[in-house]
Amino acid sequence: MTQLALVIDLNVCVGCHACVTSCKEWNTSGDAGPLVDQNPYDADPTGTFFNRVQSFEVGEYPNTETVHFPKSCLHCEEPPCVPVCPTGASYKRESDGIVLVDYDKCIGCKYCSWACPYGVREVDAERKVMTKCTLCVDRIYNEELPEWDRKPACVRACPTNARLYGDIHDPESVVSKAIREAGGYQLMPEWGTKPANHYLPRRKTQLTIREDEVERADNPLKIDSQLPKPGQDEPSLDDVTSW
Amino acid sequence: MHPAFSVIFLTTLIGAGQGLFLGLFGAEALSLLGVLPPPGSDFLALGSALALVFLVLGLIASFFHLGRPERAWRTATKWRTSWLSREVIVLPAFMGVVFLYGAAHAFGFNPPLGTLAGDVPVLLTVVLGAVGALLAIVLYVTTAMIYACIKFLQEWHSPLTVVNYTVLGAANGFTLAAAYAAWAGVPLVAFLATVAIVLTVLGLGTRSASLVRNSRIKSKSTLQTAIGVKHPKIQQKSQGFMGGSFNTREFFHHMSAAFLRGMKWIFLLGAFVVPAILLLVVLVTRIDPVNLLIAAFVIQYLGMVAERWFFFAQANHPQNIYYQSVA
Repeated sequence: MTQLALVIDLNVCVGCHACVTSCKEWNTSGDAGPLVDQNPYDADPTGTFFNRVQSFEVGEYPNTETVHFPKSCLHCEEPPCVPVCPTGASYKRESDGIVLVDYDKCIGCKYCSWACPYGVREVDAERKVMTKCTLCVDRIYNEELPEWDRKPACVRACPTNARLYGDIHDPESVVSKAIREAGGYQLMPEWGTKPANHYLPRRKTQLTIREDEVERADNPLKIDSQLPKPGQDEPSLDDVTSW
Repeated sequence: MHPAFSVIFLTTLIGAGQGLFLGLFGAEALSLLGVLPPPGSDFLALGSALALVFLVLGLIASFFHLGRPERAWRTATKWRTSWLSREVIVLPAFMGVVFLYGAAHAFGFNPPLGTLAGDVPVLLTVVLGAVGALLAIVLYVTTAMIYACIKFLQEWHSPLTVVNYTVLGAANGFTLAAAYAAWAGVPLVAFLATVAIVLTVLGLGTRSASLVRNSRIKSKSTLQTAIGVKHPKIQQKSQGFMGGSFNTREFFHHMSAAFLRGMKWIFLLGAFVVPAILLLVVLVTRIDPVNLLIAAFVIQYLGMVAERWFFFAQANHPQNIYYQSVA
């Protein structure tokens, strides 16, 4: 079975919101209808978005780091939003695991949004139906796009390649490898929703240098000590100094 | 959660309607057993009409909750998995039975459908009433399970939610039935008011139990599990946008903690204490009960509205963890 998903690398995300705007642009222009905004240029702008980037500060000053956290539908393998839907408008596709809303069946009762612990479903204030990330189902199977372009709009937009896309049930896919090898994890595992989307943790790149690695132990000139020996923070030059 | 008045009125109005019907049929059943004086067909017919008024008003209120009410018929399709769908099926079924029960009494059409052992006739209205009473209970359960089945809304995910919807709705309905009996001059006031007091006191107990339970809830989700960073100190610096969104509107009640506390005391007094005292006054004194009982019902109904508002507002949705700081 296929389960398409995103893997988001928090170590790489710089919080530029390119995925947010790219998502909005693609999904507001599609056949499924616009993601409507209210007062977009006024004091109190609001509107429908499938994807957001949030920022968190971890730690206490001065030992802090900023985590930029993109948040969209996780396409859970046990989606709690699906069985609660009274009309069957909210469903999970057998073929590829994408959780979708049938906008023609939705009555806008908002119950599925209550049943999602992640808050990734939004009622479109003008279309009056529940909307959510479709994993760009109208891109990934779109034969009018060249093969390399058949990826979600957010993935295509990410300038740092923080968003990986693929089948997490295929052990050789790029996302499965990333989850396996870079410690991919799920959000709120306590609810048993088994989100398909995974996140890769922040990683510290550290290099341990020992004392004897700072000086070139086998430098013959050093052994002879025939030339002047400058301090460690002064420049050194072969044939001129003793380093 | 943001308390939606459509749902508050739906659950309180149909709760009272169901309770009224339980009171009517309870009185009829006990009168057939010879325990109570017969209530009379006109009383039961008009009472069923009154119950239907509450049920219809509740149904109308529910439509204001829907973005696309014209598609509401679709909600009956997923009864295998969705409690909301089950409620949508049971509510009209119950309304239909209440209508038939009232019509049978109104037109005096009450043939025996058979006999039990000992030549006891099984009357049509008894069968309809028993089915209606069963559906009334099922409707309480389906309504409450809509909320109780969502496991991460920890304030709701408890058998107490089902108990409270049932007991509180029935208490309010029996108070209404007592007021109606007093207005109609039917000698059932003492019985109905007694049951109403018992249910109201019971409701105070079960609702207080859920208040105690909810005050001790420890949220299973934290900022750490929400973003998967295992550090004791994490602070949100941006929720990704500065204007509002569906997430900031639907899941927050936007009221102060003091307002919430005030609402708690209002509903404890309005839904339980004051109506119980008024019902008791009716039972032990000889004051004309009509106005007192109508006042008891209206106060208790408003108390139920406050209770339902608090029920929604108190539920803390885990998605709120992601919306703690605008920028």
